[in-house]
Amino acid sequence: MSQPILEIIDLKKHFATTSGPISKSRGAVKAVDGVSLTVMPGETVGLVGESGCGKTTVGRTVMKLYQPTSGQIFFDGEEITHTKGRAMKPVRSKMQMIFQDPYSSLNPRHTVSQIVGSSFEIHGINPEGGIKAAVQELLERVGLNPEHINRFPHEFSGGQRQRIGIARALALKPRLIVADEPVSALDVSIQAQVVNLLDDLQRELGLSYLFVAHDLSVVQHISNRVVAMYLGKVMEEAPTAELFARPRHPYTKALLSAVPVPDPRVERSRERITLQGDLPSPANPPSGCVFSTRCWKATDLCHQAAPEILEISPRHKVACHFPE
Amino acid sequence: MKKLLEVKELNVTFPTIDGEVRATVDMNFELNRGETLAIVGESGSGKSVSSLAIMGLHNMARTKITGEVILHGEQKSTEIISASSETVRKLRGKEMAMIFQDPMSSLHPYYSIGAQIAEAWRLHNDGSFNDGMARAIEMLDLVEIPSSTKRAYEFPHQFSGGMRQRAMIAMALVNNPSLLIADEPTTALDVTVQAQILKLLQTMQKEFNMGVILITHDLGVVAEYADRVNVMYAGKIVETAEVEDLYYRSMHPYTMGLLRSIPRVDKIDNGRFKAISGTPPSLINLPNACSFAPRCEYRSQVEGNLCSTGQPALEIKGEKHTARCFLSLNQIERARA
Repeated sequence: MSQPILEIIDLKKHFATTSGPISKSRGAVKAVDGVSLTVMPGETVGLVGESGCGKTTVGRTVMKLYQPTSGQIFFDGEEITHTKGRAMKPVRSKMQMIFQDPYSSLNPRHTVSQIVGSSFEIHGINPEGGIKAAVQELLERVGLNPEHINRFPHEFSGGQRQRIGIARALALKPRLIVADEPVSALDVSIQAQVVNLLDDLQRELGLSYLFVAHDLSVVQHISNRVVAMYLGKVMEEAPTAELFARPRHPYTKALLSAVPVPDPRVERSRERITLQGDLPSPANPPSGCVFSTRCWKATDLCHQAAPEILEISPRHKVACHFPE
Repeated sequence: MKKLLEVKELNVTFPTIDGEVRATVDMNFELNRGETLAIVGESGSGKSVSSLAIMGLHNMARTKITGEVILHGEQKSTEIISASSETVRKLRGKEMAMIFQDPMSSLHPYYSIGAQIAEAWRLHNDGSFNDGMARAIEMLDLVEIPSSTKRAYEFPHQFSGGMRQRAMIAMALVNNPSLLIADEPTTALDVTVQAQILKLLQTMQKEFNMGVILITHDLGVVAEYADRVNVMYAGKIVETAEVEDLYYRSMHPYTMGLLRSIPRVDKIDNGRFKAISGTPPSLINLPNACSFAPRCEYRSQVEGNLCSTGQPALEIKGEKHTARCFLSLNQIERARA
């Protein structure tokens, strides 16, 4: 087996909360609390969970946009946990990010050429044939008209803007792309186009994706492996087909059963689990298993002791005292 | 079933410097009591604009509305487009109510949840503020908000997203309306909470025997809750059908394309999405042609380039099933297969 492109070991990211500008810390929001995962070269790992579960924070900490509180991050075998600032630059050229909102992630005063070309300038790279030609080639690759190089973001639709964001991420020929909800702001008919593009690019360029999303049906389509998070912790991890066919963690099971299926007969006949209540605050997570407050199988043990994440069948890991 | 709402030839147009934006074009539909009609479409397809017109919520100085919207109330029927704002105000919140996508921006941050529900009640009923609060607490109980007597005095920021949407539902239903328009009621919520809210809406609909218009872009939600569906594209209804007919016997290439392009959690597939190519057109100065034609893969099957030179009418294609397409039934059958 080859070396993972990304390996995270027991990653924690806590955000301090204070009661005022000069007062002492009141504690911490444990946004990510002990997450381990690996991404192999050419693989897509889906990171799913509800809002506030810490999936975006994982993505941003991997990109070192946040400094981790503890744990280790390895990129291509090299530890980058404590790499910061200038030292991070060579690593960044190999891992890039695509953001959710194609409106706020592109500078409205820059042309497409400036947006996509800035990667070359920042990293002092002179692509063969010049920056303009390189940008045009990238635009063509993501399915945009290369003649639109001097247009501004507002002249494009949402789906096209997301393609610009993808072109920018591809400019430096990265090996890993962290995609944070890349299609959730798009309409369904456009969503499919962008997902197809990501698929094609992966095949052509051998990219690895860490695909952060809440839409399980899209994740199911694009991922090789899926990691489900809840309140900063990994609940379950398994190859996609396995996870969707046989979820072992009650949370994953409930999450899957909550997603409506676009098929009236299936939808109206299937059994569904409706979870009670809301996600607890990550500033004040429940003791024991974090899911115990909403779990229909919870016992005293669950309220007291947090379950370890264990491999219960090959490549299938679950953090539950009573897996299904 | 009793007829509740009739929409006839509804057109909503926004005049702009660049030309007229025809946000809703020749919309016709009916809704019965106790029935759920879903309006599906992408952003900009006119689904929200038309429901705001039904509620009489457009700024008439900046909007041109023609057509008829007739609400058959308990006692009398009212045509909303031509009615005075006074008349519409008496109906809004009493006979017809609406809930919106984002419960945070539709609730007032300075007033307690209970006070806001009480206000909605007092607008249409004689009673003191305390009577209103009592009614608010009753409603919060109904929408399953725990410790409602305490919660009624709390403010929107103290509620979670799902609870805020419950509070919005409580407010919308406080006067027992016969028509409820739910505009993307669960889009801002997580799936597990979405399931709770949709279940609640369904219970409430039975309890009050309401007609519900569910506006959404999520075909999964539609499959689960709707009785009938209107599919909208570029301001027009392109297909109407009973829910099963729409999914299993779709008659419009756009609907077929949509259904093919959405992934499903219950089926593992790793092939490519069958995406609809292109993007929806701008609604300014739409050409006299089928709006979907530039994206339609079957347009070459229609003789005489009809799709680019004429507008298809909403034709009857089956029982309670209409579609706006020039393709013949045989051609549609083949396209679907």
